[in-house]
Amino acid sequence: MGDGALSIEQLTVEVEGREILRNINLGMKLGETHVLFGPNGSGKTTLLMAIMGFPKYRITRGKIIFKGQDITMLPLDERARLGIGMSFQRPPVVRGVKMRDMVAACLKGQEHEERISQLAEKADLADFLDREMNYGFSGGEIKRSELMQLLAQKPALTLIDEPESGVDLVNISLIGELLNSLLEKDCPISERKSMGLIITHTGHILDYVNARTGYVMYDGVIGCEGDSREILTSIREKGYQECINCFLRRKASSG
Amino acid sequence: MVEMVSSETHKAKARAAAAKPAAFGEDIDLDTYVSSAEEQLSQVDPSGLPARAKERMLEAGVILDDLDQRAGTFIQMDNAPVHSSVRQEGVEVMAISQALERYDWLSDYWWQAVAVDTDKYTASIELNQHNGYFIRTLPGYKTIYPVQACLYLAKARLAQNVHNIIIAEEDSELHIITGCTTASDEEAGLHLGVSEFYIKKGAKVTFTMIHNWNPEVAVRPRSAAIIEQDGLFLSNYVLTRPVRSLQMYPTARCVGENAIVRFNSILVAAPGSSLDVGSRVILDAKGAKTEIISRAITAGGNIVARGYIEGNAPDVKGHLECRGLILMGEGIIHAIPELKGTLAGIDLSHEAAIGKIAEEEIEYLMARGLTRSEATATIVRGFLRVDIEGLPPLLGAELQRAIEASEKDIM
Repeated sequence: MGDGALSIEQLTVEVEGREILRNINLGMKLGETHVLFGPNGSGKTTLLMAIMGFPKYRITRGKIIFKGQDITMLPLDERARLGIGMSFQRPPVVRGVKMRDMVAACLKGQEHEERISQLAEKADLADFLDREMNYGFSGGEIKRSELMQLLAQKPALTLIDEPESGVDLVNISLIGELLNSLLEKDCPISERKSMGLIITHTGHILDYVNARTGYVMYDGVIGCEGDSREILTSIREKGYQECINCFLRRKASSG
Repeated sequence: MVEMVSSETHKAKARAAAAKPAAFGEDIDLDTYVSSAEEQLSQVDPSGLPARAKERMLEAGVILDDLDQRAGTFIQMDNAPVHSSVRQEGVEVMAISQALERYDWLSDYWWQAVAVDTDKYTASIELNQHNGYFIRTLPGYKTIYPVQACLYLAKARLAQNVHNIIIAEEDSELHIITGCTTASDEEAGLHLGVSEFYIKKGAKVTFTMIHNWNPEVAVRPRSAAIIEQDGLFLSNYVLTRPVRSLQMYPTARCVGENAIVRFNSILVAAPGSSLDVGSRVILDAKGAKTEIISRAITAGGNIVARGYIEGNAPDVKGHLECRGLILMGEGIIHAIPELKGTLAGIDLSHEAAIGKIAEEEIEYLMARGLTRSEATATIVRGFLRVDIEGLPPLLGAELQRAIEASEKDIM
């Protein structure tokens, strides 16, 4: 496992005393983007929250190695400073805190007004810099705001929860652009450093962003792993029920 | 000490109210304070004041080393005015004793906005008054820089009794920054102050008051404003440092059509501090408007945040917003917003909310790389930020600095 990559080994996660994820294994090399498919309630968001380090998501077994360091016990903010970032599906409203302040905080002191305006321009949020965080934002505005903050933060690993949910067609292509920029898709593969782990229920975002490996989660475990396009095609043709059936058949035969 | 000229009627009313308790707040025993104080040497150049005094004044927004940023300056230490100066045409700044000697007509404004017999504190100011300031803009003149006034409490156990009159003549514009502070971090003291504002037709007054007391000082300001047609009164009040007991409920009365009043208050109660602060607006003329905004944070002290809007004329509009944040400890915030309408066609509303900082918000900021304490500070800073419409940018920036300087104390 090279420096800068992510390795999740036999991870088991509890939320409020209830085991949500069991024995998750996942590996990612530098510059790769992976996608998590799965029906609602399968544990996709829990996995992202556990990687980010939210205290409510308690790791009871296994470990997470990032940049060659065991971060299993590392607090949320230290993981963020180490280079893990997250695009939230439903971020909280923070009254009084302006988008400008958040972007400046993400830039960690290299806060140039010019850079902030540039990012806002890019995310089509120039009129939002003096708005309170997420207050009265539409679905698309929330996604663009999340990605703009991450573009300022420049994490080595970005966790993206449902970038396409609640977003119209006009917004989704811009969101795709922002994601591609965040994940350095304009860089030659060999020079790419940024990693992404994207949750997608519908797979729609894959029409805009290329991803290498796909995983299907079901009931707290990774049911299968493979080429993301191939998995998406299969889900689109046969639905999640077929994935579930396939998983249950394999589980039964393995004893 | 200057002997004030005051009509016998005021004196008689004051004597009758000398024991009258205030409607709100803890009753202060006035007899435990001394009422007289030595004369202070007047200072032609206020930059010559002692470094400690200048430092305390600066914390309350009063700049003495660079008067170019001010249209005028008034400094009172204990009960003696030590400096008054003006740097802009059309502006008058002087001790109220001097103004009373100069202008016969000033008696027409004396106790006209605030009733002398409101309570024992207004009575005490009338009976034991030791100066105060007079600030006036002449018709049509507009100040660019603010006039600054400082009421400084130096002697231990002193009762400072001041009576201020502020007049903005027709179509003038006046910005004032007032800093009230003490020399000592621990000596007891009492500040009683009446401020009467007269905002004439088409005039605009912004009044920014920064209080910077100590945990042993009791404070009872008594202020009222009368706003004529098309006039604007914008009052900002900031109290972020400890104080023993502070109670005030300034009243603005819109008597002219389309008059506008805005009150913004930022209150932080340290452990042991007891604050009872409100803003009251009476909309008595057609089309008058008001907005009252308060932000209250307790880090262990008690805050009563009041607000009152009364609509008595057609097409008036008022909104009252009170938000409270309980940061830690045993603090209490009690929000009491009140609305009274006396006829159809008025539009009054209020919103009040009290809470603690949501863990979800802190974690959201931590996920961006901020430490827990940085995240908390960012949220508190955001909570305390009130975007003040109509305040000159320079004053807005100074106000923001005063608020941010206090964050260290509460975090």
